[in-house]
Amino acid sequence: MKLPRRVGFIAIVTLIVLTLPLAGLVTRVPWPRVGEVLTSPEAGQALLLSLLTALCATALALILGVPLALWLARLSRWVAASARTLVLVPMVLPPVVAGLALTAMLGRRGLIGQPLHEIGVSISFTTAAVVVAQTFVAMPFLVISVEGALRATSHRYGVIAATLGARPMRVLFRITLPMVWPALITGAALTFARALGEFGATLTFAGSLPGTTRTMPLLIYLSREQDQDLAITLAMVLIVVAIIIVLSTSRFIAPASTRGPSWQ
Amino acid sequence: MIRPVAVAGSLLVLGLIAGCAEDSDQPLVAAAASLSPALDEVLENQSHDDGAPDAGGVEITYDGSSALLDQLREGLPADVFITADKATMDRAVAAGVIVGKPKVFAHNTLQLITPAGNPGSVTGFNNSLRGVDVVTCAAEVPCGRLTQELVQDQGLKLQPVSEETSVTNVLGKVTSGEADAGVVYTTDALKGGEEVETFDIPGAQSYVNEYFVAPVSGGDHDLAREITQTLESPAGQEVLNAYGFHSP
Repeated sequence: MKLPRRVGFIAIVTLIVLTLPLAGLVTRVPWPRVGEVLTSPEAGQALLLSLLTALCATALALILGVPLALWLARLSRWVAASARTLVLVPMVLPPVVAGLALTAMLGRRGLIGQPLHEIGVSISFTTAAVVVAQTFVAMPFLVISVEGALRATSHRYGVIAATLGARPMRVLFRITLPMVWPALITGAALTFARALGEFGATLTFAGSLPGTTRTMPLLIYLSREQDQDLAITLAMVLIVVAIIIVLSTSRFIAPASTRGPSWQ
Repeated sequence: MIRPVAVAGSLLVLGLIAGCAEDSDQPLVAAAASLSPALDEVLENQSHDDGAPDAGGVEITYDGSSALLDQLREGLPADVFITADKATMDRAVAAGVIVGKPKVFAHNTLQLITPAGNPGSVTGFNNSLRGVDVVTCAAEVPCGRLTQELVQDQGLKLQPVSEETSVTNVLGKVTSGEADAGVVYTTDALKGGEEVETFDIPGAQSYVNEYFVAPVSGGDHDLAREITQTLESPAGQEVLNAYGFHSP
């Protein structure tokens, strides 16, 4: 299908508009200081923490979100619409509000947090809190992405496999999931990127302590207070790392022609 | 068929953008967040005392001193700049965004607060803070710098569970009960009202953050002079003291 010229034109313009702010940022990076920033222990700590927590959040989102997507994909239109709206709420909330909501649930005086605190389990101010915050805001991306793909694939293959004697779990891992593999991968990449950039909910719910809860976005925000150049350099580091990681996931997406159930 | 729609669409978007961009003739004060709502009251009283009906038409934008400086550098059309510490005002001078000599009009000192009921059984700025969840400002912000100096002076080994980016967040964590104790400005302790218990910190009077006011270059200098006078006047100082600020 040949793309209409006007559409192509708008597409190029939009791409340029999206990347111009990034280009603007690049022009403000104080290149002589990049070395100093890359080797500073604070930056290293924050970056490592960001990567670790985002990875955990993505893993958690996969474990919890894929079952949710599978279930959502089977619901009838209207029930699905209501359930999907609930799933979208964390995405719609301003991140700081999401943090307040998490505090209301898991904080010391929270619904679940208070009984937990009484038996000695406190998640506030811990790295676990960071992972929870990131998962909460990023998981909807994965769920919606995978659910959309599941609805677009045919149930036929799964039914045939079942008639041939395959149990549901086998059908899931051999047929259903491989068929939505690209959506899984892009959904996971999106989740990871969102978790990496998460700021408001982390700050409000988990706090900010170097090495424990001060992720890269928090460090960038804090650095702005004293040294805008440093903040921009840190931001550039985060962006480059995020781009590399998201780009590398594209190698896991097989070309369209081979999409289909994986016969072993 | 696409052309009329595209044209109409672009005009609509352009119109919306132009309409949303406000005209900057309105007098504007860029003030440190900790001055809210004290500054509103000071300037409100100013219009009453003068008798001039328009004097109170000043708009105030509150934000972190550092964030405001960034905005001023990028062209924020403010007439007056008020910072919560000397360091940020010095940077403003160095950046050329203000003219003339900045003046000090208030001081802020630190206090220790706990949630109402003192769940951590804190007895003061001492070793009772070990083993409880203490929250302070990060060293990069003015209240954090002050906290560091005070802690060093007292020789206290403080291990906060979180170093917040703004003093409002510290207050928030204490009032919500997430933290057992927090170090905030006296003005914030007052804002906490019934939800917090306060403890004085011995020696805190020696560590102050100074609030500076200065005219912004390219702004309305007469307005800046008027506002400075109001802040320094006995009436203005009285309002500020009521909110917990100290006179210089």
